Amino acid sequence: MTAIAERRATSSVALTILRAREVGLVLLIALVVIVTTVHNPHFIDSNSIEQLLSGAALIALLGVGETLVVVTRNVDLSVGSVLGLSAYVVGHLFKYDHIPVWSGFAIGILVGVAAGVLNGFIVTFMRVPSLVVTLGMLYIIRGIDGVVVNGERIDPEYIPTSFTAVGYKTLFGIPWLAIIVAVVVAIAGYAMRSFRASRDLYAIGSNPAAAALAGIHIQRRVFTAFVLSGALAGLGGALFLALHTQIDNSGGIGYELSVIAAVVVGGVAIFGGSGTVVGAALGALLLNTINQALVASRISAFWNQAIAGALLLAAIAFDRWLSLRVTKTLQSAEGAHRDI
Amino acid sequence: MATSARLTLEGATKAFGPVVALGDGSITLYPGDAHALVGENGAGKSTLVKIVGGVYRPDTGTLSIDGKPVEFSGPADAQAAGIAIIYQEPSLFPDLTVGENIYMGRQPLGSARRIDRRTMERDAREIFTRLGVHLDPSRLARGLSVADQQIVEIAKALSFNANVLVMDEPTAALTTVEVLRLFDVIKTLREDDVAVLFISHRLEEVYACCQRVTIMRDGRFVRSTPVADVTVDDIIHSMVGRELDTLFPKTETAPGEVVLDVRDLTTKGVFEDISFTVRAGEIVALAGLVGAGRTEVARAVFGIDRRDSGSVRLAGRELRNGDARAAMAAGMALVPEDRHQQGLVMDLGIDQNVALASLTRLRRLGLIFRSSERRLAETWAEKLRLKYGRLRNVASTLSGGNQQKVVLGKWLARAPRLLIIDEPTRGIDVGTKAEVHRILDGLVADGMAVLMISSELPEVLGMADRVLVLREGRLTAELSRAEADEHSIMRAATGQTAEIAA
Repeated sequence: MTAIAERRATSSVALTILRAREVGLVLLIALVVIVTTVHNPHFIDSNSIEQLLSGAALIALLGVGETLVVVTRNVDLSVGSVLGLSAYVVGHLFKYDHIPVWSGFAIGILVGVAAGVLNGFIVTFMRVPSLVVTLGMLYIIRGIDGVVVNGERIDPEYIPTSFTAVGYKTLFGIPWLAIIVAVVVAIAGYAMRSFRASRDLYAIGSNPAAAALAGIHIQRRVFTAFVLSGALAGLGGALFLALHTQIDNSGGIGYELSVIAAVVVGGVAIFGGSGTVVGAALGALLLNTINQALVASRISAFWNQAIAGALLLAAIAFDRWLSLRVTKTLQSAEGAHRDI
Repeated sequence: MATSARLTLEGATKAFGPVVALGDGSITLYPGDAHALVGENGAGKSTLVKIVGGVYRPDTGTLSIDGKPVEFSGPADAQAAGIAIIYQEPSLFPDLTVGENIYMGRQPLGSARRIDRRTMERDAREIFTRLGVHLDPSRLARGLSVADQQIVEIAKALSFNANVLVMDEPTAALTTVEVLRLFDVIKTLREDDVAVLFISHRLEEVYACCQRVTIMRDGRFVRSTPVADVTVDDIIHSMVGRELDTLFPKTETAPGEVVLDVRDLTTKGVFEDISFTVRAGEIVALAGLVGAGRTEVARAVFGIDRRDSGSVRLAGRELRNGDARAAMAAGMALVPEDRHQQGLVMDLGIDQNVALASLTRLRRLGLIFRSSERRLAETWAEKLRLKYGRLRNVASTLSGGNQQKVVLGKWLARAPRLLIIDEPTRGIDVGTKAEVHRILDGLVADGMAVLMISSELPEVLGMADRVLVLREGRLTAELSRAEADEHSIMRAATGQTAEIAA
C-alpha cells in the first residue's frame, strides 16, 4: 500500500508542476509590477492599472480563440486582420446607418464568424494546412479591409458614447473592457475543462490518429474551433473600436503575433494537446505588463519587442524542460504491473 | 460451442491500389472464447483487424454481429456495436489523464452536460480493481509503460462493455510476468462472455490462452480449428506451406574473406550479444518476426544508432560507435526499409537521387553539375534496368520497384564492400522483385558482401547463403543454406524448440 501512496504522491507532484504554470505567471506579473514600482512609484497608481488591463484585454480575448485552435494542432494567423475589418465595419455602420449600440457588438461578432467559417472550411474540408490558410486570410482580409475603408477614417464623433463607454468606464477601478474579457476567459476556461466537445479538442491535438480511432468528429470540432476564434476576433474588433473610438484600415495590424506570443508564454503547447485559456490570458497580461514596465522605467520602446521575443523563447525552452521532466516523473511513478 | 457466433467475417477482401492486403479474410468469434489469429508477417492479420474495427471498409465480403449483417462507416460504429480493438501501435492521448483516456467521448455527465470527473475517476478505479491493477486514473497518460498503456486500452474496452475484444499483438512488448497478467485478464473477460480475438506470433501463448485458432497465409484464410486439435508443427506448416518459385535466381558462390565482423553487439532493451560475420561473396539473411530487433541491429552496425557495447569491424578495421559517416567511408552501405521516408528524396530528380551519396566524388571546382549527376545516373539506370520517363523527373513518379532500384543505384555508385539491405522487396510487384533479386545475386557474384533483412521467408530461403534468426533481440539460430527451411526458421523465430515440434 505504501507503494500506491507514493505513486499518488509523485503523480500529484507532476500535476502540481503543470498547474503551477498559471501560478508562475501570476508571480512573474507581480514581480514585474513590484520591481517597476520600486523604480517608479507612479507605476502602481490606478491610471496605469487601468492601462495594464485594457492593453492586455484585447490580446487576451483573441488569445482565448487562438488557444482553442492551437490546442487542436492548428494555428489562426488571421485574427489581427479579422479584428481590423470587424472594427471598421462596425464603425462604418455607426457613422452611416446609425445602428443601435448593441448591434455593434453583434455585427462585429458576425464579421468574425464569417471569417472563421471560411478558415475552418478550407482547413477541415479542403485539408489545407491552417498555417497557410490563415496566412492567406490574413492578407486577403487586410486587402478587403483596405478596399472597404478606401482611405477613410471613422472619427470619434460618429461613435455613440454609450458604445465607447465600454472602453473608458470602470467598475471599482477596473475597466469594463477588462471585465468583459475576464468573463469570456472564465466561461471559456470552465468550458474547456467541463464539456466533451472541448476535451475532444485536446484529444485531437494530443494524438490525431488516436482521436480518429476513438470516433471523435475531428473535422467538425476543428471547424468549430476556427469559427469561435473568428467570433472572438470579431468581438475584439467591436471592443477595439470602443477603446480607441476611431478606426481606419490599420486596426489590429500585427496582433496575430502578439496573440500567439501570449498563448505560448501562457503555456499552450504550440503542437497542441495541452494548455489553458486562463494561461493564455495571463500570458497576454504578462507581456503587456512588461511592455508598460519598460515605458515606466524609461527604457527604450525598442527593447520591448526584444524582451517579448526572449520571453517567448524562454517559455518554449521551459515547456520543453517541463515536458521532459514530467515524462520522467511519470515514468518513475510505478505502473500497474510491478507489484505482482 | 453450442452458443451462436458473436461475430462473423466472411470472404472479406481489401486492396490498396494494386496491392491486395487481404484476399479472403474469414473468422468466426464465439462469446466466452479466446480465438487466436496467426500467420506470417504480411499475412493480412492487421488488415482483418482494421476491417472488424471499422477503420477500413472491406471491398467485398460480409461482417455480421449476432447473425445480423452490419456495415461500419467508421471506428465509432464498431464501438457502438460493442467491438473494442487494441491496436499494435498505442493510441492513447499523452496529454490527458488516464481516466479521460478511458472515457474519451463517453465521459460520464453531471448536470448541464458537464463532465463529472469524480464519477469518471471512480469508475476507472473500479475497472482497475476488477483487472487487479493499481493505476491512478488522475495521472497523465504520458510516460506510461507499454504494459500500462495496454491496461488502459483494456480498461477502455471494459468501460463500454464491449462484447468483442480484439488484441493485435498485445504481448509483443510485454515481459513474461506482464503476459501472465494479461492472460488472467483474458480469462476474466471470457468468464463475462466476451469474445476475444488474440493475435500473437508466439505460438506457446496461443496454446496457453486460446480455445480456437485461425491461420492465415498471404492474405487468405487457411483454416480454423480448436487449439486442442492441432500441433505446433501443423500450425507452422499451415502458416508457411507454399512452394518456392523461380523468383529467386540464386547462383552458388564460394565466399571469400570476412568483410563484416560483429561481436557481442548489445543495446540494452533492444538486442543483446549479437555476434556474426558476413563474408565477401555471400548473402547473409537476418530473419525473425517484426519487432525481433533486426532493423535495430542493422542500424547499430551501420552506426546510425549508438551501441551500448560490442564491436563492429569492417574488413578488419574497427568502426567507431555511432559514426555512420565512418562506416560509409569504410565501404558500408545501407538501403533502408522505408523508401519514402529514409531512402529517397521524393521531390528530387531521379538523377539527383542516384548521385546523392556520391556528391563528394562528383564535385568539380566545389560545385555539383547536373550533367555529372545525369551521367552517373545513366550508368546505373542501365545496369539496373530502371524503367523511367526522364532522369530529371522527380523520384515519386517511379513505381515502387523502380524507386527501390534508384536507392540501390545510389549506394552501389559508391562501390561498397558491404551492402545492408532492409526488406529489399517490400511492396514491390512480383516482376520487379525477381529483378531486384537478380541484381543482388550479381553483386555477390562480383564479391560484394550482403546483409539482407527480410520478413519474407521465401526470399530468405531463396537468396541467403546463411540465415541468422533473431527472436526478441537475441540470436536464436544460425542456419546454413542446407539447414534452413521454413520450419527451422519459424521455430527459431517463434521460440519453439525442435524437440516439441518433432
